[in-house]
Amino acid sequence: MSKSLEADVKKICKACGNDRTRMMDIVRSVQEQCGCVSGEAMDLIAREVSCHRVEVESVVSFYAFLSTRPKGKVVIRLCDDVIDEMKGSDQVAAALKTELGIDFGETTADGAITLEHTPCIGMCDQAPAAMVNDEVVTYLSGDAARSMVRSLREHMDPKKLVGRFGDGNNGHDLVRSMVHNNIRQSGEVVLAPLAEGAALKNALAMSPAEVIRDVKTARLRGRGGAGFPTGMKWEFTRNAPGTQRYVLCNADEGEPGTFKDRVILTERPDVLIEGMTIAGYAIGSDTGVLYLRAEYAYLRSFLEQALHDRRNKGLLGKDICGKKGFNFDIRIQMGAGAYICGEETSLISSVEGLRGDPKNRPPFPAQKGLHQCPTTVNNVETFCCVSRILEKGPGWFAQMGSKGSPGTKVLSISGDCHRPGVYEVPFGIKLSDVLKLCGAEDAAAVQVGGPSGTMVSPAEFGRTICYDDLATGGSVMVFGPKRNLLKVVRKFLEFFIEESCGYCTPCRVGNVLLLERLNRILDGRGEPSDLPYLERLGQTIKTAARCGLGQTSPNPVLTTLKSFRSAYESLVKEAPDGLQPSFDIGAALGDAKTITGRESVHF
Amino acid sequence: MAKAKVATTSLCGCFGCHMSLLDIDDRILKLVELVDFNKSPINDIKEFTERCTVGLIEGGCCNEENVRVLRDFRKHCDILISVGDCATMGGIPAMRNTIPLKECLDEAYLNGPTVHNPSGQIPNDPEIPLLLNRVYPCHEVVKIDYHLPGCPPSADTLWEALVALLTDKPVALPYELIKYD
Ligand SMILES: Cc1cc2nc3c(=O)[nH]c(=O)nc-3n(C[C@H](O)[C@H](O)[C@H](O)COP(=O)(O)O)c2cc1C
Ligand code: SF4
Ligand code: SF4
Ligand code: FES
Repeated sequence: MSKSLEADVKKICKACGNDRTRMMDIVRSVQEQCGCVSGEAMDLIAREVSCHRVEVESVVSFYAFLSTRPKGKVVIRLCDDVIDEMKGSDQVAAALKTELGIDFGETTADGAITLEHTPCIGMCDQAPAAMVNDEVVTYLSGDAARSMVRSLREHMDPKKLVGRFGDGNNGHDLVRSMVHNNIRQSGEVVLAPLAEGAALKNALAMSPAEVIRDVKTARLRGRGGAGFPTGMKWEFTRNAPGTQRYVLCNADEGEPGTFKDRVILTERPDVLIEGMTIAGYAIGSDTGVLYLRAEYAYLRSFLEQALHDRRNKGLLGKDICGKKGFNFDIRIQMGAGAYICGEETSLISSVEGLRGDPKNRPPFPAQKGLHQCPTTVNNVETFCCVSRILEKGPGWFAQMGSKGSPGTKVLSISGDCHRPGVYEVPFGIKLSDVLKLCGAEDAAAVQVGGPSGTMVSPAEFGRTICYDDLATGGSVMVFGPKRNLLKVVRKFLEFFIEESCGYCTPCRVGNVLLLERLNRILDGRGEPSDLPYLERLGQTIKTAARCGLGQTSPNPVLTTLKSFRSAYESLVKEAPDGLQPSFDIGAALGDAKTITGRESVHF
Repeated sequence: MAKAKVATTSLCGCFGCHMSLLDIDDRILKLVELVDFNKSPINDIKEFTERCTVGLIEGGCCNEENVRVLRDFRKHCDILISVGDCATMGGIPAMRNTIPLKECLDEAYLNGPTVHNPSGQIPNDPEIPLLLNRVYPCHEVVKIDYHLPGCPPSADTLWEALVALLTDKPVALPYELIKYD
């Protein structure tokens, strides 16, 4: 056992209080320091925090950014999701491969650079994009990729890849990133500036019950996608028995095509933190956790600083704003590359230092959440809305937007449009108006709500963005007339298959079967009966899956079968002889012919 | 009413499903009143001599001959029924599906712990049908109209299903006949 590894692991575990619920931080640090979390390291961690080795391994093996085998000093993760593909990520991929002399999933012989693919990293408006360790590089091209590798070879310092900083706080000393905000339209709720503490002081002048009443009166619904009424969630959490309560902010933003939380975190961290503090006051909690996706690690120091500043100003910490007995503080929990951790119960698992498996519901987090204590989990934008409601009053908020969906929504728009970026729009806006805003009048299809949402056809562009019609956590992906929608659907399915936690069969197996049948159709071996098969199987998965991932994963197939059925129908044909066109006897006999050196006597 | 014609075959199966069919005991007399057997191992008719109403398929497809026979059944039968787990899912033979064919043959004829094969030859007579890369359930090769699960489906299951089909009644298989633990 190597002495230095032992010393490193001991130090890291100690820094986390030898607390096994801090497993995410421990394994992330070990990965960072030692290049991987080896078997040896896992044994040591288990010993230090007094748990079984398998508990460490189950975490390490779960998250995409953790690895048991050594990776290069620099890991390049190129986004290969739908939008990047449309923007030419394959040229970038080819350039990286030739320049590095390795394929994806491999490390250069000198152990310097590892090349990997990753799903959406929340940079769709500046695709193709990649992560180089924690650094983000955007607007990539073949040439840019080649020169990136050359300069990496010289200095091996991802920080030095950033030439010109992006706008706004992307140029902040603690960010220094080339990411752009691309804010195309600000609204009055989320992206408007907030006088520091203004909302919090209003809240603290009321009782917690009155704060909850205001949030209810504003009829605020969660911005993370599901749209649960926030005031009601807080009331449940406040009234659930227990002494310790938690406020969790969901900044996992993993739904492909969603990047609005990135911009909020960059430009309005104060509005968010203030909202979380108000939540702490309202539900009676002294501890908040901001769960930040690993892809946004480049924002971490900046956010730590924002928290720090607020502590110094008495807006966070003990006796906040001079209110005796109101203590509330927030820590940042980094994720490690797992879409499922955006699901609130998985997120809780992850914060508890476990692999990111969803939990059974009920009990709901409001009853038994983090460490079995009443917990409210809310999206970044939801907390921002809370701040504004407390600043300007519930009446002001409720008169915006539509009847069932008051307020505004921050959309992140990408794909085939002239002005990709972030738009804060009133709820109830027509999709056609959104398309006008972003310059996508010739759109042939729009995916609203990410892969788990709805593929909308031009005939339905009159539909509106709101909880009762087209609900979205923010993702709007535009597809022009030249795009092959079924290939988009395939990409979405591959995403769900990759990100499924594997716990339940309908999702783990069902999605693979959906993909298999879709591939058959795309290969020209499909039949008309494949369409009802896809529908039946999709429905079964939706009905029988355990969590929101599986319950929505067939949506790309089901919604396109509804709105774009002709795209499927044009590819399938009846097999009159009763044979299965998908069965290829030549291919099935290939191995045997090679092994025996004989030809078939029957075919 | 003319008697229905029935054909049966065992592809990559163990004949257990056919045994189960014979297990209907004295009902076999009634069956003979109901149907005439055409191509079937039961009467040893090797090729179809006329069009059949029902084809019962035992076993999945593991080699080219299975595929040929199954396609022949599809061509000559109005209704095809996959009988038993091998036909419906590949069954026990499909356990090889995760292992490359070459490895399977090496294990069976060269490396297996109980193999005695001094000449080190893997059988390769031109008479032996070529194996498929994996074992396929029947419905992946041709259209199958009905599936009867079980290993094997019990005689009662086969009887009930067949009689219902031939007398144009809905198949009502009681729970006992389709539970497998
Ligand atoms: C697979 C999956 C991924 C999710 N990802 C996110 C996410 O990245 N961010 C988010 O806020 N909510 C996400 N959600 C929704 C959360 O489970 C939860 O409903 C939300 O965080 C609640 O906050 P809200 O009420 O403020 O919207 C996801 C749900 C599922 C099923
Ligand atoms: S639906 Fe999918 S992600 Fe959710 S628990 Fe089941 S396997 Fe895991
Ligand atoms: S299903 Fe069972 S009884 Fe029938 S052929 Fe297969 S192994 Fe034999
Ligand atoms: S960053 Fe690649 S799809 Fe979002």
